[in-house]
Amino acid sequence: MKSKFPMHIHLAITLVWMVIALYMIFLYAPEELTMGEVQRIFYVHFSLAMTALFAYAFVFIGSIGYLWKRSRAADDFAYACAEVGFIFCTGVLITGPLWAKPAWGIWWTWDARLTSTFILWLLYISYLMLRAYVASPGRTESLAAVVGALGFVTSIVDYMAIRWWRTQHPQPVIGGGPGSGLEPSMWATVFVTWGAFLCLFFYLVRMRRGIARVRREVVRMRQELASP
Amino acid sequence: MKAAWTIFVKDLRVEWRSREAALSMCVFGILVVFLFNFSFTGGREETLRMLPGLLWIAFAFAGILGFNRSFAAERENSCLEALTLAPIDPSAIFVGKLLANLVFLGVAEGVMVFVAALWYNFSFVPSLGSFATIVFFGTLGYAALGTIFGAVAANTRMREVMLPVLQFPVAFWILVLASDASSDALRGAEWTVVRGGIERVAAVSLVFTVAAFLLFEYVLEE
Repeated sequence: MKSKFPMHIHLAITLVWMVIALYMIFLYAPEELTMGEVQRIFYVHFSLAMTALFAYAFVFIGSIGYLWKRSRAADDFAYACAEVGFIFCTGVLITGPLWAKPAWGIWWTWDARLTSTFILWLLYISYLMLRAYVASPGRTESLAAVVGALGFVTSIVDYMAIRWWRTQHPQPVIGGGPGSGLEPSMWATVFVTWGAFLCLFFYLVRMRRGIARVRREVVRMRQELASP
Repeated sequence: MKAAWTIFVKDLRVEWRSREAALSMCVFGILVVFLFNFSFTGGREETLRMLPGLLWIAFAFAGILGFNRSFAAERENSCLEALTLAPIDPSAIFVGKLLANLVFLGVAEGVMVFVAALWYNFSFVPSLGSFATIVFFGTLGYAALGTIFGAVAANTRMREVMLPVLQFPVAFWILVLASDASSDALRGAEWTVVRGGIERVAAVSLVFTVAAFLLFEYVLEE
C-alpha cells in the first residue's frame, strides 16, 4: 500500500503551509482583548490537541483494520500514528501550561479536559511501551491492536465523563454554544494552522511507515540469510 | 458457559490450595489502609472526604496484584497454551478468569472495608446497600480490564510493570467515578444524587466489560 504522492512534494507543501500559518498567527490574526499576545499560542495548542486526538482515532482504525484483515499495512499505520501522535500530545502538554500560566495564573490544574489530555498521553505511552516489551515477536501486532482499541474506548468514555465533571477549560470552540464564537479572521487562522499541522502529521506518519516497511524487509532478509 | 464455570471452579480450587492471590491481596490491602492512616489528621469530616478515594486506591493496587497472578500462573507448565488449544470459546476463558478475579478482589475488598471501618471509626452500615452496589459495578469493570490486560501483560517482559502501565490510564474513569459515587453514598446524600452516581459507574464499567469481552479472543490466539 505505497502511496503515489511523492514525499518531497509533500514536505514542500508542509513547509510552505507552515510559513503561511506562522504569518497568519503573528501578523494576520487580531490581538485578543483580555489575554493579549499570549493568546496566539492558542492556534498551535488547538491544532496540536485536535491532531493528537485524531491520531488516536487513526490508531484505533489501524488496530481494527489489523484485527479484521490481518494487514501489515494497517498495523504499520497504527504504529506510525501512535508514535507521531505521542509527539503531538506531548506538544499539547507543553503549550498548555505555557498558555495557562499567564491566562489562569497557574501552570496546571486537574480539571476535566487537562486530565483527559493527560490520560491520552498515558494511553500513547502504554501503547508504545507494550510494543517495545512484547516477548514473542509474532504477537506484537495483535496485542498492540487490542490495547489500541481499548484505549480508543477510553477516549470515548473521556468524552462522556468530561460532561459529568466540573471543568475550568473553555468549552469546545467548535459548537460550544452561544458566546463561544471567534472573530472570522481568527477562525481562518485556526483552520489554516490546523491544516498545516495535519499536513505535517501525515508527512511524519508516511515517513515512519516507510521505516517500518524497511525494518521488516531487513528482518526478512536476515532470516533468509540465516537459513538458506 | 460450562467451560467458563469449570475454569472458575479450577481457579478457586488452585487458590484454596495455594492461598496466594486472595491472601496477598488482603494483606497488601490492609497494609495500604494502615499506611494511609498516617496522612490523616482525624475528624469525621476529614475521614469522609478522604476515605472513599483511599479505599478505591487500595482496591486498585490490591487488584493489580491479583490480576498479575491470574495469567502469570497459567504460564507455568504452558497451561496457557493448553487452555488456548482446548476446544472451547476463548470468551469462556475470559468469563471464567473474570469471575475468579471478581471473587478474589471482592474478598480482599471486604477485608479492607472492614479494617477501614474499624481503624477509622467509620460506620458503613447506614449506606451499605448503595455502597456495595457501587463497589460491585466498579469492581466488575476494573476486574474485566484487569483480566484482559493481565493476559496481555503475561506476553511481555517485565509484566509486573506493564500491567499497571496498561491498566491505570484505561481504568482511570472507573476509579474516579466510583470514588465520587462512594463519597456521595457514604455522606448520606439524597437518593437521586446517589442513584446518578451508581448509574455512571455502572454505565462506564459495562462499556469496558463488553469491550474487554469482545477483544479477548485476539489476546490468546497464536
